Amino acid sequence: MIAYTFRRLLTVIAILAVMSVAIFSITQILPGDVAHMIVGQFATDDQVRAVRLRLHLDDPGYVQYLRWAGGLLHGDLGVSMMMERPLGPMIGEAIARSAVLAGISIVLVAAIGIWLGVYTGVRRGTRADRFISVGSYFFISVPEFFWAILAIMLFTGYLGWFPSTGYAPLSEGFWNWAQHIVLPVATLVSGLVAHVSRLTRSSMIETMQAQYITAARAKGLSEAVVIRRHALRNALVPTITVLAIDVGLLMGGIVVVETVFSYPGLGRLLIFAIEQKDLPLVQAGILAVTAVYALANLAADLLYAFFNPRIRYGRSAA
Amino acid sequence: MAALPRSLTTGGAILFVVVLAALFGPMLAPFPYDQMDIMARMTPPDAAHWLGTDEFGRDVLSRMLFGARLSLLMGIGATLVSLLIGVPLGLTAGYHGGRIDEAIMRGIDLVISVPPILMGLLLLSLSTPNVWKTAVAVGIIYVPIMVRLTRGVTLEIAREEFVLAAKARGERLWYILAAEILPNAWPPIIVEAALRVTFAIMLGAALSFLGLGVQPPSSDWGLMIAEARPFIDTAPWIALAPGVVLCITVIAVNLVGDGLREVLDPRLRRGRG
Repeated sequence: MIAYTFRRLLTVIAILAVMSVAIFSITQILPGDVAHMIVGQFATDDQVRAVRLRLHLDDPGYVQYLRWAGGLLHGDLGVSMMMERPLGPMIGEAIARSAVLAGISIVLVAAIGIWLGVYTGVRRGTRADRFISVGSYFFISVPEFFWAILAIMLFTGYLGWFPSTGYAPLSEGFWNWAQHIVLPVATLVSGLVAHVSRLTRSSMIETMQAQYITAARAKGLSEAVVIRRHALRNALVPTITVLAIDVGLLMGGIVVVETVFSYPGLGRLLIFAIEQKDLPLVQAGILAVTAVYALANLAADLLYAFFNPRIRYGRSAA
Repeated sequence: MAALPRSLTTGGAILFVVVLAALFGPMLAPFPYDQMDIMARMTPPDAAHWLGTDEFGRDVLSRMLFGARLSLLMGIGATLVSLLIGVPLGLTAGYHGGRIDEAIMRGIDLVISVPPILMGLLLLSLSTPNVWKTAVAVGIIYVPIMVRLTRGVTLEIAREEFVLAAKARGERLWYILAAEILPNAWPPIIVEAALRVTFAIMLGAALSFLGLGVQPPSSDWGLMIAEARPFIDTAPWIALAPGVVLCITVIAVNLVGDGLREVLDPRLRRGRG
């Protein structure tokens, strides 16, 4: 397990190294002059020259990259061009706020999804199963941004239960904080729960047909014990993989949800950076997201290996 | 011929209507999509404007019909991009194996290491987006899935006798890949492609919603919803109309994908609940 962990950790570092090159070179490959793009088409030559100087755009590409990457290794993410503030703390705070959204959402997705999957899996073909299956089909087909709009229409416009947008830190009181977080989390959870529950359901159905389940029933164990002790543990292994995939989808969803609900996390910061053509912020932000995503995948892989010893000893498939 | 699965016929019928709307929308539309009418701003649905008007007095139904074309274009275009890049790469990787396989798959790992929407943001962030760029960006996001799938199928088929026979005959590489392996590999690829169209429509709409796709004044369903965002309390129909149509389209393509899977992949039939 330690060797496996070490190997996977090396992969993460390699991915981040290559990604940093990729993210950086996209700005070099792009047609047109970056400085012109930043200041706009009506800028004077002096303004363009000032931006070129500030971003060191006249240096050769590899020098620019090495300066940037060297800064990253020292924990210096650069300075935002629009806000004239160091990016490190700005991105750090944004990640922390996004992590709250993501953390609550993924826990809810796992809990509700697995519960629904098991519930429908052991009741295959019943009316409850069919109702939930059709429902999950519907939920998968509605894009997050439309859920968000519907949620705002219903809960803030019509019912007036929650504020539609914004954020309140915990220091302004738990209730205030929670009110701002309910709708974003609900939006994020709605689509992903269906993924998890559908997969858990089919995995549960397959497991329930295994011989050791028949054996456990033949021993005279109650159905509840058979499900909880024997079936669930094995049925959940594929669920872990789908949860890891969902973390990726969740990060995409967070960009959308934070934008709709004006929640000041990393997703909204990135969209802001792109709108404002704040190049250093775009680069650092996307690298930060990639890092978080790589670590989440690492965690999922390790969990998976923990539950499934066959992975640990085989050649790393990742 | 066996009866087609109900999901395929239902989904296909809905999709047929949507495609018709996309093809002939501009002709069917009661108004030009960008015709403003200051006197009739945000009017609720009535006889003249079946789905109401937006904040500039533009007819929502007409804009929606116009948007159908862009939304479908993004979905189908993106899927074609992922097929055009992914299938050849997958065939090559699966057939050659060894270093070439290794190199292709490492490249794929890299693309996967960025979450989907962010890959789109990265590709679209610094140039002015338009519908084609968005389609290509979304297509690139789905290349890894196509490569992995094609590679897996190719690995299996490459061991078959008819492929070995073609190799023994001294057939050229591209002939073996295109004429021997590909025709036998397509069923799972088609199923996956159908599924990708739904994801691509949703992702394309989401990117447009974020301002990284279709640009005003033209409008796909995602951008229409984004533009309607400030008025959802006073004029909900502006956002609801394109949203509902978007969901119906996605459900229809999903149904078609499931139906195709049942028809094309007999292995999956027994596993169904």
